[in-house]
Amino acid sequence: MVPEAEFTSYYGRPILKSPTWKVPDVPAYLYLGGVAGVSASIAALSDATGRPALRRIGRFAALGGAGLSVVALIHDLGRPTRFLNMLRVLKPTSPLSVGSWILAPFGTLAGAAAASELTGIAPALGSVAGAGAGVLGPALTTYTAVLLADTAVPGWHEAYRELPFVFAGSAMASGGGLGLLAGRDAGPARRVAVAGVALELGALAVLERRVGFAASAYTSGRAGSVLKAARAATLAGAASAVAGGRVRGRGGRVLSVVAGLLLNAAAAATRYGVFEAGMVTARDPAYTVVPQRERLEQRRQGTQPSLRTNGDSSSR
Amino acid sequence: MANLFSADSLWAPLQDPSANAGYPDGHPPRVGFFTDTSVCIGCKACEVACKEWNALPADGAHHDEPDLLDLTGMSYDNTGALGASTYRHVAFIEQTVPARRSATVDLGMPAPALPGTGSDGDATEVRWLMASDVCKHCTHAACLDVCPTGALIRTEHGTVLVQDDVCNGCGYCIPACPYGVIDQRKGDGGAFKCTMCQDRLGAGLMPACATACPTESIQFGPLDELRERAAARVEELHGRGVPEARLYGHDPDDGVGGDGAFFLLLDEPEVYGLPPDPVVTTRDLPSMWRHAAAAALTVAATVAAAFLGGKR
Repeated sequence: MVPEAEFTSYYGRPILKSPTWKVPDVPAYLYLGGVAGVSASIAALSDATGRPALRRIGRFAALGGAGLSVVALIHDLGRPTRFLNMLRVLKPTSPLSVGSWILAPFGTLAGAAAASELTGIAPALGSVAGAGAGVLGPALTTYTAVLLADTAVPGWHEAYRELPFVFAGSAMASGGGLGLLAGRDAGPARRVAVAGVALELGALAVLERRVGFAASAYTSGRAGSVLKAARAATLAGAASAVAGGRVRGRGGRVLSVVAGLLLNAAAAATRYGVFEAGMVTARDPAYTVVPQRERLEQRRQGTQPSLRTNGDSSSR
Repeated sequence: MANLFSADSLWAPLQDPSANAGYPDGHPPRVGFFTDTSVCIGCKACEVACKEWNALPADGAHHDEPDLLDLTGMSYDNTGALGASTYRHVAFIEQTVPARRSATVDLGMPAPALPGTGSDGDATEVRWLMASDVCKHCTHAACLDVCPTGALIRTEHGTVLVQDDVCNGCGYCIPACPYGVIDQRKGDGGAFKCTMCQDRLGAGLMPACATACPTESIQFGPLDELRERAAARVEELHGRGVPEARLYGHDPDDGVGGDGAFFLLLDEPEVYGLPPDPVVTTRDLPSMWRHAAAAALTVAATVAAAFLGGKR
């Protein structure tokens, strides 16, 4: 529900054009990039510290996530046959260009590492490729936050400080969650998952407090319900992950598998919730007009400096 | 790269966006539109001329079915909004306002008044606002900045143009635009918007809309000249008792560095469907990248610590 506010519009029409990005393509793209990135980093360090089971899961998850996210990206294009135009230039002002230039080498390196893992051929080269993917991994988890924030959509733009940390935390929860399937090697993955949950929930709480007028889009409607459910699943997943590390034998393994499933479902739901919250603020002109009116009013009263001298924090 | 992230390139006032984009000295002057809505008569000749010249497909206000022409119930506006096949859109706003005696000519006839209304104090009349909206060709154009393929470019005339043969339909420009101008054409997949008739500019012609406008509500010319003309026009209207006349998008100090297409309005911008204080989203991009980098380092450090801290 839109908060009560006095504002004028042109027959209630939206001011912004809503993104043409499709569901599930784009939320899936955001989620898969996160899983793949963290999995690659976990795989690289597992390789270095002699944890073959965790390395194996990480390498396959990195390739699978990167591959599927490329499929989602291409499927979402209006002109899919021109997907290679994404690599036509490298533009630092375009998060999608930067992201494509992260995803392309990441996917290649992750593919090489997974191929070596599967075939056992050239393990040394596999390690080098895996290390490369592991270094690129963290960037893959957070550039997608900039992708959403660098738009005029109030629910995303106003959250540009917190979104990268929400996505980073959610990526660690899901990537670590997959690593829980590694049995005796799963210790580091468990710690990554629990730390990720803490970061995600903390950043999301800060986001909802600081995003201003757009906060209601995150706490009400379908986006609000999905994010609430995601939060519950995240907490349950974290509890299950911790319990799985303490219970011995079969019970512990079951708890770990449940934790991995919960954390990954929650991460996908969190991306969808954030996506949907932004869409709500794009469709309703109140989210554009009311904060801009307030800003104008503050500038008129002199409580806010002019646009020119204002660094990077004029928007609240 | 340093230059790409400079304030000049992203948001600060910028005299010559074409030079900033790399055009050599001697490129044509920056041109634009000054749309003076106080003389718009709502004839929609601009919409028709634009469709004709640019050979744009039909798109009714019914957005899910573009071929279906629909009635919106929004006064005489059955176009609805700017879009992938609508580069000019005439808005119609009907307002009930206090009657203004100065707006009519006194013919000396006995005035019939309703019993009980007494003085003119609470009499009302209908005011009709009409405005032809168009792509703003921002000094700092978010659509252009976020385009990953380089399909969107700054032209030698200082305008913003989609190169249709490069666009891969990623759709990033669409939510980036603070005015909701550019959109994806259904069935085609590419992004489209006003070109300021790039093909006519090269041949020394005015854009089709400005050529067709019968009242010179749409004025085309070098932007510096238009800004002077607009300032004089506002002054004139204020002197003639129209205090509500104001310019929109003319100020190089605003959130998008000033618009290449700006307006004279008779009410608040949002009444016309325009954002009251748009700011180009890439203004905050350096900070966004810093936050993303900090978050990525947090991931790297956390994963590393997870392997160091413990034996299990």
